[in-house]
Amino acid sequence: MSSAESPARLSIYDAAAANRWRTVVLIAVFTAIIALLGYFVGEYFAPGGGLAALPFAFALAVGSGLASYFAGDQIILAQSRAREIGPDQEKVLHDVVEALALGLGIPTPKLYVIEDSAPNAFATGRDPRHASVAVTRGLLDKMDRTELEGVIAHELSHVGNRDIRVMLLVTILVGTVALLADWMWRSFFWTRGGRRERDGGGNAIIAVIAIALALLTPIIATLIQLAVSRQREYLADASGALLTRYPSGLASALRKIAADPEPLEVANKATASLYIANPLKDAPAFFDHLFDTHPPIEERIRRLEAM
Amino acid sequence: MELVVLIVIIAALALFFIATYNRLITLRQRVKEAWADIDVQLKRRHDLIPNLVETVKGYATHESTVFQNVTQARAAAVAAGASASPQERAQAENMLTTALRSVFAVAENYPQLQAVQEFKDLSENLTATEDKIAFARRFYNGNVRDFNTALQTFPTNVFASMFGFKAEEYFELADTAAREVPQVKF
Repeated sequence: MSSAESPARLSIYDAAAANRWRTVVLIAVFTAIIALLGYFVGEYFAPGGGLAALPFAFALAVGSGLASYFAGDQIILAQSRAREIGPDQEKVLHDVVEALALGLGIPTPKLYVIEDSAPNAFATGRDPRHASVAVTRGLLDKMDRTELEGVIAHELSHVGNRDIRVMLLVTILVGTVALLADWMWRSFFWTRGGRRERDGGGNAIIAVIAIALALLTPIIATLIQLAVSRQREYLADASGALLTRYPSGLASALRKIAADPEPLEVANKATASLYIANPLKDAPAFFDHLFDTHPPIEERIRRLEAM
Repeated sequence: MELVVLIVIIAALALFFIATYNRLITLRQRVKEAWADIDVQLKRRHDLIPNLVETVKGYATHESTVFQNVTQARAAAVAAGASASPQERAQAENMLTTALRSVFAVAENYPQLQAVQEFKDLSENLTATEDKIAFARRFYNGNVRDFNTALQTFPTNVFASMFGFKAEEYFELADTAAREVPQVKF
């Protein structure tokens, strides 16, 4: 669907409305996954206990969802060791961010710097009024002004489109599914001896389903997260280029980022998809790019240059 | 039976009116918000100019007409800011831009001035502010375009004037680089 959306005709209001639906659908899908997991865990431990386990699974889903909505950005910024900068530091960065925020009609987000020489940047927050943009020292040092504008315009597009909220929720919900599946996995081992005596035919089926779910749901959840994040990158590239009216700036910045061999040390698997380009520099091409956090950087540059 | 059909038609019309009216209000509100962004940046520009004039005056003592011009243009722009329409404000701002250019042209003749930190800061701030005005203007004009398009397309155009909706004005600044007519030589 990303290729069907023509960026020239898509205002941030439309993109934001589309993302509101996306958020609702994602929350529904993840709630279903968590409910399924909860039901079969309950059923596995006590026949008929599946329904009793549902409220707990839901409570966990709602709790982690709310926590991520209100504090997720702070957790992510702290984990990335990002330091907030005042209005009189990094004047060029402030000027670029303020001007481009005016161009999108959003408030100027809070600015953070990560002291790392690998050039990269990300945006997070729950809406444009509670948004933060973090850039690395390497980005400030290695980019010229038009390249910096390209990167910042890309990040602010994520803010204006409300991509940041979708990514925030998805990141935390994926974490919750992984946590649940992990608990389930451990409890299989702890209770194996005791359960065998009570096992009937029906329970064997339940056990197989439970084990399959514990194995598959984290993978499915991760695939959803990565598919969502890849799809958003092309759109942010396009709307960023539309904002600066200079696609070559971002193309040149992406080329510099791709050419930089250093991985960003504060990034991890959970936060990697937030950055403008994969900060881990680990792109194994197995499963036909299903597990990539970002679209191939060459393809992004090619699309920018074709604009 | 006819009564039911009549009621259904009236209800459908009423719903259509309400939806269209609310959409126009939303779009017009966005235009106003975007205008407020421009306004803030224009005021910032007006605030920077007196300091700039004072700084340059200290070095370029024999250029009083240039300073008079920019001071007058600034006063006119500030006055336009109080009440005028976007078009009138744009005109006043364009005059101010021209006057400012001549100040910077004068400043170029005084190498000592170029080395003064305050002058450097002021001209940097002015450039940054003009950059911000350019982006704020782009967002504003985009919103005006959306509003005017909604207003002037059928069937909204039929009754929009009944509700008192009027097309909004674009904010057009003289963009010297983009507007120059290319010279054709034979």
